[in-house]
Amino acid sequence: MSLASNISRRSWAVWQRNKDVFFKTWKTNFLPPFLEPILYLLAMGFGFGMLIQELPPPWDVYTYAEFLGPGLIAISAMYGAFFECTYGSFVRMHYQKTFDAIVATPLTIEDVIAGEILWGATKSFINATIVALVVAAFGLMSFPDFLVIIPLTFLVGLVFGAIAMMFTALVPNIDSFNYPFFLFITPMFLFSGTFFPLEILPQVVQDIALLLPLTHTTILMRSFGLGVYGSIDLISIAYLLVLTLVTFYAAVWMMRRRLVN
Amino acid sequence: MEWVIAAEDLTKKFEELTAVDHVSFRIRSGECFGFLGPNGAGKTTAIRMIQCVSPVTSGKLEVLGMDVGRKPREIKSRIGVCPQEDNLDPDFTAWKNLLVYARYFGIGREQAEARARELLDFMALTEKKDVEIEKLSGGMKRRLIIARALMNDPKLLVLDEPTTGLDPQARHLIWDKVRELKKRGVTVLITTHYMDEAQQLCDRLVIMEKGRILVEGEPLALISDHVGSGVVEVLGPDDALDQWLKGRAWTYERAGDRVYLYTDDNRAVRELIQKEHPGANVIIRDATLEDVFLKLTGRGLRD
Repeated sequence: MSLASNISRRSWAVWQRNKDVFFKTWKTNFLPPFLEPILYLLAMGFGFGMLIQELPPPWDVYTYAEFLGPGLIAISAMYGAFFECTYGSFVRMHYQKTFDAIVATPLTIEDVIAGEILWGATKSFINATIVALVVAAFGLMSFPDFLVIIPLTFLVGLVFGAIAMMFTALVPNIDSFNYPFFLFITPMFLFSGTFFPLEILPQVVQDIALLLPLTHTTILMRSFGLGVYGSIDLISIAYLLVLTLVTFYAAVWMMRRRLVN
Repeated sequence: MEWVIAAEDLTKKFEELTAVDHVSFRIRSGECFGFLGPNGAGKTTAIRMIQCVSPVTSGKLEVLGMDVGRKPREIKSRIGVCPQEDNLDPDFTAWKNLLVYARYFGIGREQAEARARELLDFMALTEKKDVEIEKLSGGMKRRLIIARALMNDPKLLVLDEPTTGLDPQARHLIWDKVRELKKRGVTVLITTHYMDEAQQLCDRLVIMEKGRILVEGEPLALISDHVGSGVVEVLGPDDALDQWLKGRAWTYERAGDRVYLYTDDNRAVRELIQKEHPGANVIIRDATLEDVFLKLTGRGLRD
């Protein structure tokens, strides 16, 4: 049987399960995505930004806080799903045996993994939307263009959720997540045009950065956040769509290999 | 005859290990069937194939008339599984555990709530409805897992070591409930390490070892076929007595400082021993399934 035919709408029952747990403690869950961008904007955007006389072109028409805002949204969209589908999914799979309990019902393991990734994407969507609203509240975004960001955060969540799930299928134990975080996530966090324009880096580094999903996420967030989008943004959207399909399929396949024996 | 489970030449191989080795068995509708065997015998592996979560390596396995490889969703929607390991959802209360589980079966909210209320009552857990899982005792968790396995009103209930680690009260309650379910027409497949449990509950059972079925039958028939109705235990016999016992025609077995003699007439055997060897320490008792089990699978440890 093919993987795709084993994914059904029953996946939503997994999504609902995770949503129910999340909303049990929603007040605590909503606090970080609300406070974090405020702290970053105050410290980095307005504090550190004071030191910056002028950004290099084409960003020279913006303040540093305006430049930074979309980067914070992109980071939040990355971390939301990546945390959820690494640590969160691993705990459910390994410690709580939740996956075992669910596959004893009419759901397949493919349903479970699909539901987990969809939930991860939802976490990105929730967190990044809150961040976007906070950044907008500081008057740093172009209205109504920035609203396009909101559905995009779900797509970004699918990519990072699926990539995270691939690591979850591989790690021998929960401590091993340090590797993808320090070798993959943290470098992207710093070098994907989030905190400073890629244009100031050597061409070869820029080329490498353009292979990374967070770079394209940041490009999109900034284009729509500042209202300077164009047909070039379709490349980033196409990149994220293709990467979603490939990583989603790979994640389901790898998890099946890990769990079905 | 309607077979709830039919296995033919069923085999499960892992990389180097053959966990289930060409076994065949059939389970009738409405009976309680037992899988017995030491650790590593293949009981849980067989159950995992029956519940369609572990693919069959070779052979045929049909559950409720459907092939496990072709109709896993249909089979899983009609069976209930109580796993060996506690996998209740620790993020929810007892009540919410049942409702969330019902959602996996696509059972509507109203029906799920009615069913959950009924099952909490059935398993004597109504008072624990709103308690978080980690605050439940081992016995309560087991009962809740059984309640959860019954949410979809299954035709077949699979219980993998349902009473391991429970106190006698909890065990007896679970036995009562299993009998009650049987009366309602539910077919039960159970694995256990407790021979008294198997003798109490099972209509028929198999004893497995190293992936194979050693014997199959009704508990009482297995006892009389393999060890006879009675057992004589001679405690700490001296060499002379031991030699004498060995020389008789009885089935003799020695374990530690104890000699077991299997016989249909244990009173007569005791009298004879005490007449010939006054002062011998002799106990007689009825033969149990445990005697069959140990005779067939040996007394060596399985770790």
